[in-house]
Amino acid sequence: MIAFEAVSKTYAPKAKAGGEGHVALSGVSLSVRAGEVFGVIGASGAGKSTLIRLINGLERPTDGRVVVDGDDVAALGVEGLRDLRRRVGMIFQHFNLLSSKTVADNVAFPLKLAGRPAAEVKARTAELLARVGLSDQAAKYPAQLSGGQKQRVGVARALATGPKVLLCDEATSALDPETTEQILDLVSGLNRELGLTIVLITHEMDVVRRVCDRVAVLEAGRVVETGAVEDVFLHPASATARRFVREADGEPAAGAVLAGRVVRLTFRGEATYKPVLGEVARTTGVDYSILGGRIHRLRETPYGQLTLALTGGDVDAAIAQFQAAGVRVDPVLIGEGA
Amino acid sequence: MGHIDWAEIAQASLDTLAMLGGSMILTVLLGLPLGVILFLTGKGQMLDNRAANGALSLLVNILRSVPFVILLIVMIPLTVALVGTSLGVAGAIPPLVAGAAPFFARLVETALREVDKGVIEASFAMGAKRRQVVINALLPEAMPGIIAAATVTAIALVSYTAMAGVVGAGGLGDLAIRFGYQRFQTDVMVVTVVLLLVLVQALQMVGDRVVRRVSHR
Repeated sequence: MIAFEAVSKTYAPKAKAGGEGHVALSGVSLSVRAGEVFGVIGASGAGKSTLIRLINGLERPTDGRVVVDGDDVAALGVEGLRDLRRRVGMIFQHFNLLSSKTVADNVAFPLKLAGRPAAEVKARTAELLARVGLSDQAAKYPAQLSGGQKQRVGVARALATGPKVLLCDEATSALDPETTEQILDLVSGLNRELGLTIVLITHEMDVVRRVCDRVAVLEAGRVVETGAVEDVFLHPASATARRFVREADGEPAAGAVLAGRVVRLTFRGEATYKPVLGEVARTTGVDYSILGGRIHRLRETPYGQLTLALTGGDVDAAIAQFQAAGVRVDPVLIGEGA
Repeated sequence: MGHIDWAEIAQASLDTLAMLGGSMILTVLLGLPLGVILFLTGKGQMLDNRAANGALSLLVNILRSVPFVILLIVMIPLTVALVGTSLGVAGAIPPLVAGAAPFFARLVETALREVDKGVIEASFAMGAKRRQVVINALLPEAMPGIIAAATVTAIALVSYTAMAGVVGAGGLGDLAIRFGYQRFQTDVMVVTVVLLLVLVQALQMVGDRVVRRVSHR
């Protein structure tokens, strides 16, 4: 659905500074499949905003190609670009609603811009407001709404022209945790029910964990890791990804107690609920102390991750037995954390 | 109150209102597009154009830096060419517009700068054309600021119309100068000043009320 082919973006240097300009993205290649929720995570300044804006042509690449729904975005003319933008909806961190228009008029705005007949605009607006649960707020102005309601208006507006793709630009970063959850539920509902392809950028691993299928980790304009959320979240390969995972889960209790072999066990799916640990301890005579752990869900999949120090008995046999039970075992190097 | 000729004061009041109304309409018609162009050609905006912006900006600054009394006199030949006379209500309107339109344009430009850039970006992201962004997003979002700018401009025009009395424009200012000042008729002076005060108060009140009505922030 969306492909980035070796895309770079450099902003023109400030005339006064005389420097080389600011490199926002360099050599980014990605592909987003139709119907998936694709997350891009990165710290501020990593190039996320630029990346998402290349998809609907708000920014143009300096190098490389961005192909969306079969169109090379940079090659589109004015009309072609407007047509693409009707197939790609966008919601924003600060909602960007028109304060001078009512909720209904905000939702109707893209339809009026497209010159749709008044009767169609009215019917479609009512339908969209019902979908986001704001039918009773139609005559209000954005200033009278809560943050979560404003973002719902943003979502309804983004859906007005029946897009195939929804871009979420830090869409929950200005919301409290409870409202964030509601908006994420709404967005994943759209993905399931309308088959919408969703690209979201965020600096919160928690958002990625809750709704994304796949994720790309962005660091200083480069993609340092891409993969299924489960893989990146449970076994982050890059330092950047590890940092984001730690932020989401908190620091495990590592430290000075490191007698014996320290390993990290990863349980996924059904294995999470099996009483593996006690069984292995009994049969191999290994003692364990738990140094850190987490049990949670990645969307619908339960998972558990435990950092253990194994002492006494037959440690190698214990590890083999864990693996036989479908538990992944990774050695933890002292000082690495979890 | 021996000197006061109420019929003359009524006529002068009507003249002032006519000058104000006529010049205000033309000021908005000229100043609004000028302000929009000043904004759009500014740095980092939709029609970023240094040359055009610099030229317009210079023109605006020149007109704004000439004291209005001087503008009145300097413009007499142009005024005669435009409306056939430099006297009366008609003769006052060209210099009034020349004085007020650049002022209003600058205020409009400032009001447009206050519009949230995110809203403009969102409009483009929804597939709006530039013209649609300006007409359907930028101007409505800036409307409270533009109305406030129009109010300030109308009040400035009231004091300009009083000055226009100097070149024989008629109106309350003319009355104040000819009778109140030159003939020492203090009572005429007091009445005209009170009427101008009432006019300014009324403009401000109406302006504030409209701003409240169009503002939904």
